[in-house]
Amino acid sequence: MNRRLPTNLVIGAVLVALVVGVAALSLVWTPHDPTLMNIRGKFADPSEAHWLGTDQLGRDVVSQLMAAARNSMTVALVAVLLGGSIGVALGLFASAVGGWVEDGVMRLADLGFAFPALLFAIMLAAVFGPSLSNAVLAIAFINIPIFARVTRGSANQIWTLDYVSASRAAGMNKFVISRDHILPNIAAAIIVQATIEFAVAILAEAALSYLGLGAQPPASSWGRMLSEAQTLMYLAPQLAIYPGLCIITAVLGFGLLGDGLRDISDPRLSRQR
Amino acid sequence: MSVPLLTATGLTRHYALPRTSLLRPAPLLTAVDNTSFTINAGETLGVVGESGSGKSTLARMVMAFETPDAGEVLFQGQNIHALPAPELRKLRQQFQMVFQDPYGSLNPRRPVGWSIAEPLRAIGEDENTNRRVKEALEQVGLHADAADKYPHEFSGGQRQRIAIARAIVTRPALLVADEAVSALDVSVQAQILNLLMDLQDDLGLGILFISHDLAVVGAICDTLLVMQHGKPLEAGRTADILRNPAHAYTQSLLTAAGVHT
Repeated sequence: MNRRLPTNLVIGAVLVALVVGVAALSLVWTPHDPTLMNIRGKFADPSEAHWLGTDQLGRDVVSQLMAAARNSMTVALVAVLLGGSIGVALGLFASAVGGWVEDGVMRLADLGFAFPALLFAIMLAAVFGPSLSNAVLAIAFINIPIFARVTRGSANQIWTLDYVSASRAAGMNKFVISRDHILPNIAAAIIVQATIEFAVAILAEAALSYLGLGAQPPASSWGRMLSEAQTLMYLAPQLAIYPGLCIITAVLGFGLLGDGLRDISDPRLSRQR
Repeated sequence: MSVPLLTATGLTRHYALPRTSLLRPAPLLTAVDNTSFTINAGETLGVVGESGSGKSTLARMVMAFETPDAGEVLFQGQNIHALPAPELRKLRQQFQMVFQDPYGSLNPRRPVGWSIAEPLRAIGEDENTNRRVKEALEQVGLHADAADKYPHEFSGGQRQRIAIARAIVTRPALLVADEAVSALDVSVQAQILNLLMDLQDDLGLGILFISHDLAVVGAICDTLLVMQHGKPLEAGRTADILRNPAHAYTQSLLTAAGVHT
């Protein structure tokens, strides 16, 4: 059995490895201090010392992009983990209890879906003040209904299996059944969803930071680099292009990886397209 | 006379069908209609009927997976649908189930010993769990070492033995077998039926045996309940019904099963 891996999985994995690798590297090494300014050396062209040149304050662009990758990964990871665990717990709970409790939880999730996600994040930032941790909370919050719905949908299918009925017949507590039988069975679907939501979270962080509601100076962020470069579009367009390319790479990478994982975890879906 | 092991009175269960009109309420399908029966300790009641006759719904109500819309199930004198959830979970030790599909009734990710021990874990038994799992495996004719293997290492007949081991590990008083041999080869069917009858003799089990196959049911059941479209058609001693079926439907089931009257 030598089945080829789906192309989107391979491309996605390579892009994700690149972005995550760069982010990890920035923990220990960047070519320069990403926040070190040098007004005399501003708008420098690419050179040995500054591979992609410097920005309007003379900061090294490569170093900033690397530090921003780290920030972006951290925000996305924390937000997806936080929102995902709450969502998965809610979904499992709704599915286990059933009846009007399940209906109530899912209608609340529908309510969550009804809010445009980014607008909601902007509202949170407006109420609680712009900061990276508020951006994380906002992104986490919009992830809760998504995970709750996916979890509950897959869990309901597993509850009808005979061995789950056997477990109920054994007198097992519904929450123990959720842990022992349901969760291991739906883990694949949740991981796929988490990968896709990771891409969405990266984009959301970039958007919030672009609007000035996410990462605050001097922290580096692709979104903020974009907004700073905006006013200099005619003078130094490359300053907008680099962070833009980084965002595209990261979002595309995680999106393709999620699609690819779905293709191999559920072969029924993959051939429909 | 002592209390029967299980008494079901007037069991009725409706399902809502998809709506056909916005203004009228959803039509109801009566899966089980006003059905009553009794199982005594050490006896086997066979429920026969074609698919869709409501016999699996009956099993699900006896197992308290579903609540009847009318009627009640008294197990050892207790109305199982009226018990609070924790007490029902405790009482479940006393009535266990064997499912139709031996490939679906065991979690493929867990060793079979883990699955067999599940009813024991439900009441928090720990010290003797291993010993009791091994005993149960030996009682169903398997080697005690089987506990560490995974379901895919066994054949269908062996898996059904494992499922039976799980059902008897708590020494229940009642076993519900829903088409427990239908998915098996004929030769394996006979082995499993023999096993069930041996266990019944050893443990004094009452068995609710559900099947579409009158030949199988006729071989092992003391009493019979014939169902069609959710309604009980006739009930009585197996020998009487096989010899002298009151309904044309029972007669046709007999013919289909190749039982000569």
